Amino acid sequence: MAKLKFLLAGNPNVGKSTLFNHLTGMKQHVGNWPGKTVERKSGSFKFDGNEIEVIDLPGNYSLTPYSVEEIVSRDAIIHEPNDAVINIIDAENIQRNLYLTLQIMETGANTVLCVNMLNYAEDVGFEIDLKKLEKTLGIPVVVVDAREADGIDELIKRTIETTKKPTDNSKDLSYGIELDDQIEEVKKLFPNLKMGSAPDSWVAVKLLEADDEALDLAEASPDKENLRKLTEIRKQLETEFDDKIDDVFIDARYAEIDNIMKKCVKKPSGENETLTDKIDKVVTNRFIGIPIFLFIIFFVFFITFKIGAPYQDFIDYLFGLLGDWLLGFFGEGLISSLLVKGVIGGVGSVLTFVPIIFILFFLLSLIEDCGYLARAAFVIDRLMYKFMGLSGKAFIPLILGIGCNVTGVMATRTLANESDRISTILALPFISCSARIPIYALFTSVFFADPIQQSVVTFGLYIVGMIVSVIVAKVLKCTVFKDDSAPFIMELPPYRIPTLKSSLLHMWERGSLFIKKAGTIILGVCVLVWILSNLPPGVEEASINSVLGMFGSIIAPIFAPLGFGFWQAAVAFVTGLLAKETVVSTFGTLFGVGESGLEAVLPVLFTPLSALSFMMFCLLSGPCAAHFGTVKQETNSWKWTILSWGMCFIIGYVVALIIYQGGLLILGPNSPYV
Amino acid sequence: MARTVDDLQPGESGIVKKHRVHGSLGKHLREMGLINGTAIKLERRAPLGYPVEIRIQGFSLALRKEEAQAIELQ
Repeated sequence: MAKLKFLLAGNPNVGKSTLFNHLTGMKQHVGNWPGKTVERKSGSFKFDGNEIEVIDLPGNYSLTPYSVEEIVSRDAIIHEPNDAVINIIDAENIQRNLYLTLQIMETGANTVLCVNMLNYAEDVGFEIDLKKLEKTLGIPVVVVDAREADGIDELIKRTIETTKKPTDNSKDLSYGIELDDQIEEVKKLFPNLKMGSAPDSWVAVKLLEADDEALDLAEASPDKENLRKLTEIRKQLETEFDDKIDDVFIDARYAEIDNIMKKCVKKPSGENETLTDKIDKVVTNRFIGIPIFLFIIFFVFFITFKIGAPYQDFIDYLFGLLGDWLLGFFGEGLISSLLVKGVIGGVGSVLTFVPIIFILFFLLSLIEDCGYLARAAFVIDRLMYKFMGLSGKAFIPLILGIGCNVTGVMATRTLANESDRISTILALPFISCSARIPIYALFTSVFFADPIQQSVVTFGLYIVGMIVSVIVAKVLKCTVFKDDSAPFIMELPPYRIPTLKSSLLHMWERGSLFIKKAGTIILGVCVLVWILSNLPPGVEEASINSVLGMFGSIIAPIFAPLGFGFWQAAVAFVTGLLAKETVVSTFGTLFGVGESGLEAVLPVLFTPLSALSFMMFCLLSGPCAAHFGTVKQETNSWKWTILSWGMCFIIGYVVALIIYQGGLLILGPNSPYV
Repeated sequence: MARTVDDLQPGESGIVKKHRVHGSLGKHLREMGLINGTAIKLERRAPLGYPVEIRIQGFSLALRKEEAQAIELQ
């Protein structure tokens, strides 16, 4: 059986993922590109006795490396051995899409052009002569309907055919006489320079464009002294064209595209108002655009929790049953304690979020696939940029953080810009997630009798969290990411009816990642905490004599300036790192009173002021282990993960310190709140 | 002062003379087809004034104020 490897390339929004999903179905692996934070999707399938591996390259507009995505795509094409590159294009956008096609052909790759959404293009009046296009480009052109899965067999058949006699059409591409002559000249200057599988002409173009990678290689080559001549040629060309050399190449490619278009494509004549125009007139309207945006966000949120909550309760109930059963089966003892308190208590509480995460990602994927997400970003961008220095797209992850910070971090995948993504991820943990609610509920009910006071305190906590989040993002954007101006150029794709399959797959991708994490990182930490609370052997569980208790006693003084320097609070903080829901249950365990008895015990240790300080610290000092596990996964970097956690701890500490010490100063020692 | 995309009214079109968007973003825009001599249309403005939606080479793109002002028209 022959093994083949196809790369799938294309602009964003051309149906690349849909095609990829059809080809590979559930047999796909999502991970990060080695050393890069860009998502790498690969999958395999069998066709006519061939074992075919497909790698989905990041969607991009060109192969010029100025974003990680483009570097990844370019490296994959010229450095990773492949049998063919399938370039999928949106027929309605053929002119711009051909730019990437030409760039791929320049690399000498064995290219197949896959024309998608031809019916949409024909509906608006495009006439594309596919036979002529195939002849002009010199590569196979295949029409598919990725949504309906039409033409995919034909695509694969023809791609396999090309692997038998691969075509390199880079020689037939022309940039106009002057440029072609100079490219020949440069080729002669560096005859020994090789970049992966790319042809000499490609290397010559890159040298002329002053591409960093190419120049470094030239510097290290035996023809190093010819670099001076290269600079001369470049200067001469720039004077001749009165333009920067890379712009000259861009113009040359578009001139070539113009020729191709003239030969093969008849563009629609008049400008008819499309359905997209009609919808956009409403959803981006000056007056109702923002209300519509808020309504849709609210609706997603509402549906998620409305549908998700019963399932959440149901899973909680199932784990309760499982716990009871285990207790009955093993009897009171170490094993049942490990399983019930350690595993179910930690992992179970996190797994109850699974329905919410699945529903949320399903809805988000629908919104994204139909094209509204881009409009949402368009509508809210100015506000976001002003206050947080972030693009409008960052709004969604931040809002999702209110439900669960983990989902928020996962949703940052919709942000293309790396610095926006990291800033959003670092700003997210201060958004109060739903797991913190039990803490607020317990402490406000115990220490603030007046219902109005209770609401003010709870509301205040949410607001402080958001303010800190805004400040953190803004500060990051003004310092660490200052040079990265995070420009906002975003394509607004035409509206399309989303497919169920793609949304379901998307949901499964994200959701299963979450389950996997709960099964590994969180399980590990839960078991560890349980072990520590039961060591040394024979000790009363989670008492001050256990390792956990002793550790709590050691770190407790750190929290004294915040008003809660006793070991129980320290232990609750540590277990709260697992899952914030466990803070309350930990107090229950530590005082041996259960959650209902806490109302009597807590006022002995806390004052209203120190309770406020404690709640603030719980809010700001980071959500949970699952969150930071996700941060590691999504940033692919320990540096950002540790920085994120450190920042949470320090900010939480400082704000709680200000509240407690400031409160002492303002209220005075005799206040009933102190 | 040269006329820029930012001076267009929603629905109005022009021809790109040159653009002064700097660095990689400028190059990116050029590669997306914002080259000299291309027709450009300002479709609409976002509810808060910016970004603006432009149409070039048959597709729509959102740009912030600075970029809209950096694209000069003939």
